[in-house]
Amino acid sequence: MSILNIHDLHVQVESDAGVREILRGVDLTIESGQTHAIMGPNGSGKSTLAYTIAGHPKYTVTQGSITLDGVDVVSMTVDERARAGLFLAMQYPVEVPGVSVSNFLRTSVTAIRGEAPKLRDWLKELKAAMAALSVDPKFAERNVNEGFSGGERKRHEILQLDLLRPRFAVLDETDSGLDVDALKVVAEGVNRVREATDIGVLLITHTTRLLREIPAEFVHVFVDGRIVADGGPELADEIEASGYERFLGAPATS
Amino acid sequence: MTVIADAPVAGAPTGREEAWRFTPIARLRGLHDSVEGAVGAQVAVVTSPVAAFAHVSTDSLPAASGPIEWPAALARAASTQSGVLTIPAHSDSAVPTRVTVTGTGADSTVLTHLVIVAERGSRSVVVITHEGSITLSANIEIQVGDGADLTVISIHDWANDSVHLGRQHAVLGRDARFRSLIATLGGDVVRIVPTVEYSAPGGDAELLGVFFAEAGQHIEHRLLVDHSQPHCRSSVAYKGALQGDGAHSVWIGDVIIRADAVGTETYEINRNLLLTEGARADSVPNLEIETGNVASAGHASTTGRFDDEQLFYLQARGIDPETARRLVVRGFFAELVSRIADDEVAAHIIGSIEEKLGDAPLDEGTI
Ligand SMILES: Nc1ncnc2c1ncn2[C@@H]1O[C@H](COP(=O)(O)OP(=O)(O)OP(=O)(O)O)[C@@H](O)[C@H]1O
Ligand SMILES: [Mg+2]
Repeated sequence: MSILNIHDLHVQVESDAGVREILRGVDLTIESGQTHAIMGPNGSGKSTLAYTIAGHPKYTVTQGSITLDGVDVVSMTVDERARAGLFLAMQYPVEVPGVSVSNFLRTSVTAIRGEAPKLRDWLKELKAAMAALSVDPKFAERNVNEGFSGGERKRHEILQLDLLRPRFAVLDETDSGLDVDALKVVAEGVNRVREATDIGVLLITHTTRLLREIPAEFVHVFVDGRIVADGGPELADEIEASGYERFLGAPATS
Repeated sequence: MTVIADAPVAGAPTGREEAWRFTPIARLRGLHDSVEGAVGAQVAVVTSPVAAFAHVSTDSLPAASGPIEWPAALARAASTQSGVLTIPAHSDSAVPTRVTVTGTGADSTVLTHLVIVAERGSRSVVVITHEGSITLSANIEIQVGDGADLTVISIHDWANDSVHLGRQHAVLGRDARFRSLIATLGGDVVRIVPTVEYSAPGGDAELLGVFFAEAGQHIEHRLLVDHSQPHCRSSVAYKGALQGDGAHSVWIGDVIIRADAVGTETYEINRNLLLTEGARADSVPNLEIETGNVASAGHASTTGRFDDEQLFYLQARGIDPETARRLVVRGFFAELVSRIADDEVAAHIIGSIEEKLGDAPLDEGTI
């Protein structure tokens, strides 16, 4: 069993407009096998939390800690975090021109598993994983995310989740921009990984649409850079019905 | 716009001419205006499955055809001997003819003149490898006979102090096919001028190039495809990557479709990838059409950066920064190189580029 622990996390970003604190004391603990959901208004800092866990260089941790089984994550490089078992399905996956999906995935799988899969096994594995997510086999030869539609990018993220089998995955609005069928396919993909491994999942979402497909036992409300309410699935339903109004201006939990 | 295929200006370039405005003339070690004291290097033919190779007096060859710039004309006139590689009519060889030009020091000026004659109906590949340290003014003249199919791969893998002015002119006969791959992988100043003309209808030229410019290097390719015959094709694709402060590449793609060249098909593209800050890629495609009856004509040019977001994405999937950069650069070049080169030549080109990738320190943030 593994534990991802986020404690009193303060994060700032430097932009042309100056330095700004975006996360203002986040506390969150996720254990293997658990599924958590974070809901919060636009601009409240959800993606910032996701990027900070993954180690994006734009975000600086000024206070608090992130640990994986007690080991400091903040001092790890981005690739070290991934190899340690952290995964982020991005809200806006970027294009990487010149790098084919198949080459990218094989390089990534090699890095994460510590050895290159045998070519024959790998081709089989990739084919099966793509088929399971209804990804056209032709995508293997396309460049990473280049010209992918929004939905195709999200599917490509979950394809990676499936191949990399991380210990903890943060899914940043993986549901947004997906049509009804695609949402089902993507949710099934996530659920397959949840069933096959004891992955811990953090879903960032705006609606209960995804939560109906991927049930989360823990729901957290995120406002203005911190978690202001914790609960179960009923909290998500309440937000869907009545919005965030009652949480605005609330003090942080914990 | 000027007529791009105008005869070049007579006299040594000063740097103010349109065709020389990007070139750092002062770093040419005088090659632009004098080749006095130059030695004619022996071009060594390493393997030649079918081609015959002979040294002949340059005077015995016909005058240069096509546009020729002053420094190239100087070098041609001063090259008393020319190497002539003749591929016999209707011969067919998958084994490449290998030619090497090896520099032994940048302080002496070297001239080479190589003529490649692919006789009618022949099919062959010539690989010319340039290595070492040199100050070189080189002429390569290529004749692709009627129905012949010739591939010429020129690899310029010079030491960092080399200076190289090169002209490579090809004349395509009826239904001839000419494929060229030029890989310029280093040198202080390298300026290559590949030009193509057609002497009869039906010719097909595919001109590919890859280049890699490191800190302080000037790598320039100026192409001219002169469509004067009906129903010919040309396709030009060059890709370059740049890394380091003051790395500078210039790509000029001139294509002219003259009034008689009806039914011409042409496309040219240049893509550049900036791997670090401080590098500059100039890219100028020019298409001049004098007939109302072309089959297709187009051009494109893009210069992009391998940016922090791409690096983050690859790293977030466990890939270390060095491998990430290798992946991006390899992917960028491999597809183009493998269109023409066999595995061995492709491995040489890509391998040489990957070696250079290791030269630049990976600093935080930028790569
Ligand atoms: N790199 C950055 N530079 C400047 N400001 C940033 C940067 N990243 C985030 N911010 C700001 O921080 C705040 C939180 O952004 P974040 O993307 O984390 O919000 P979010 O909760 O994910 O919103 P959404 O629901 O719209 O995805 C916003 O005001 C945003 O403009
Ligand atoms: Mg967001």
